[in-house]
Amino acid sequence: MADSNAAATQGAGPSKMTVSETDVAIELIGMNKWYGEFHVLRDINLKVMRGERIVIAGPSGSGKSTMIRCINRLEEHQKGKIIVDGIELTNDLKKIDEVRREVGMVFQHFNLFPHLTILENCTLAPIWVRKMSKKKAEEIAMHYLERVKIPEQAHKYPGQLSGGQQQRVAIARSLCMNPRIMLFDEPTSALDPEMIKEVLDTMVGLAEEGMTMLCVTHEMGFARQVANRVIFMDQGQIVEQNEPTEFFDNPQHERTKLFLSQILH
Amino acid sequence: METLPTSIRYVRTEESPTMAPPVATGGVTGWLKVNLFATPRDTVLTILTLLLLLWMVPPIIDWAFISAVWTGDGREDCIGPGTGACWAFVEAKFGQFIYGRYPIEERWRVDLSGLLLILGLVPIAIPSVPYKRENALYLLVVFPVLAFILLTGQFGLEPVETPLWGGLLVTLVVAIVGIVVSFPLGILLALGRRSEMPIVRMFSVIFIEFWRGVPLITVLFMSSVMLPLFLPDGVTFDKLLRALIGVALFSSAYMAEVIRGGLQAIPKGQYEAANAMALTFWQGTRLVIMPQALKLVIPGIVNTFIGLFKDTSLVLIIGLFDLLGIVQQNMNDPNWISPATPATGFVFAAFVFFIFCFGMSRYSAYMERRLDTGHKR
Repeated sequence: MADSNAAATQGAGPSKMTVSETDVAIELIGMNKWYGEFHVLRDINLKVMRGERIVIAGPSGSGKSTMIRCINRLEEHQKGKIIVDGIELTNDLKKIDEVRREVGMVFQHFNLFPHLTILENCTLAPIWVRKMSKKKAEEIAMHYLERVKIPEQAHKYPGQLSGGQQQRVAIARSLCMNPRIMLFDEPTSALDPEMIKEVLDTMVGLAEEGMTMLCVTHEMGFARQVANRVIFMDQGQIVEQNEPTEFFDNPQHERTKLFLSQILH
Repeated sequence: METLPTSIRYVRTEESPTMAPPVATGGVTGWLKVNLFATPRDTVLTILTLLLLLWMVPPIIDWAFISAVWTGDGREDCIGPGTGACWAFVEAKFGQFIYGRYPIEERWRVDLSGLLLILGLVPIAIPSVPYKRENALYLLVVFPVLAFILLTGQFGLEPVETPLWGGLLVTLVVAIVGIVVSFPLGILLALGRRSEMPIVRMFSVIFIEFWRGVPLITVLFMSSVMLPLFLPDGVTFDKLLRALIGVALFSSAYMAEVIRGGLQAIPKGQYEAANAMALTFWQGTRLVIMPQALKLVIPGIVNTFIGLFKDTSLVLIIGLFDLLGIVQQNMNDPNWISPATPATGFVFAAFVFFIFCFGMSRYSAYMERRLDTGHKR
């Protein structure tokens, strides 16, 4: 426990200052997506700098999950451009895999592989995608499992772990690929109240190390604590974005005000 | 602040002790009372069942053991009144039942093939034995080649034409080839039917629906009667081989649908997680999706295998003599015709089929337990 905290603070130093001014991690330009006739994402323009930590909020059905799922091509966009790490996403499978290698994703329902142990879950992609030796992959996996504070569970199966533990494994599993960008799709929404904190703490640690993060979440405390930008979406559009203090204390758009009045008491 | 009435206020001051569960009402009498004589209706059913067993079991034991003829060399020994099973018939014909008309002096080749099969099968069936990859390679590549050489007679061995093969040999050859071919083919067809590529999907659907839509008997008939009409003159095609192909394609269609059922039960999140970590389609399928899907449908897969194993008897109609066929053929041997012979032969054949099918069933149940990683909620 103590040492991972220490590592986080030491490694990142004045952590909140690591956002790059020039280095673009993700760029969405005039991006549109339809489900059949339904226009889910409307003219999305977004530029994410390296080291930025962005929280995306909004009512359900506003397209926030769909948007981040477009970034690693779990969903296909139909119009506009998505450029991740300098690579434009098209139908080219090679390009898609290149992007996916650099982008980790954590899902609402963890999506661990139930037939593999925790350790095997973590080593699968490094071995098959990064072509790492099994020994090396296991070393790295144990390192990250220690970081999320569950190395002792390495040889258990996902079904034997609590929700919070499973989600921390899912984070460790993504980190094993050494991604440059992390996407979080409502990582705490399926968790029991007592387990939310352990997952958020892990994410805070990650943020402090300067990871580029896009996080769809309803945890507004987390947004205040770690985000350097909050994006509010409604009906497939970005309605408002601002740095967190301003966003929460001084929302401009009517829809944002209404949303915040519904969730904050 | 308002004070609550003392009656609803409660704060725990000491831990309740944890205790062992109460002991079940013990012993044999307890068990009988709970399971057999719990209610008057249960009691009546229990007594009726006992009476039924008393009525059925002694005659079966009498037929199979007490009045059975164990040794003899012809129908005279089995023809007497009140004679039970004629095991002497099975004993005399045992070689035929196993090898068919395979030449007696060459039967060692069948034995050797069987031994080679067992040598590969036993270690791969026991999970703790290492070298699974080499073992599978042996079973899927080395063994079939060796068995082919031995059974058909290559490289200077006396050639044995397949019409001479018979009995359990044919049953096992058809069943094993059917199982080994239909499993991978079924996986590919199941994936094909779920493919996003229209041509692949359409091919898979047509293939599956065609082979599922025609009876196996028709397939076998077509292969032996119709196929030669389309082949140019002089080109012959081994009858057993034709039956093998027919059975294999037929069961792949069934296998594909069983496996597709498993694929449909895998949550979308598993595909997404595999994709998100940049696994390719085939890597994701092989490492993430298939292991889970196949585990889910073990009962269905084994069901298909067992069905296939028993359906091998249908090769009789194209003139191949599997175990059941050869037993039936031998019943008509004038030297052994007796009232007891057919029943004995059928019971023997049923017993052999049962051993194989029950074995597969038990092994699949064992694998299901072993592969259960408790992810069910």
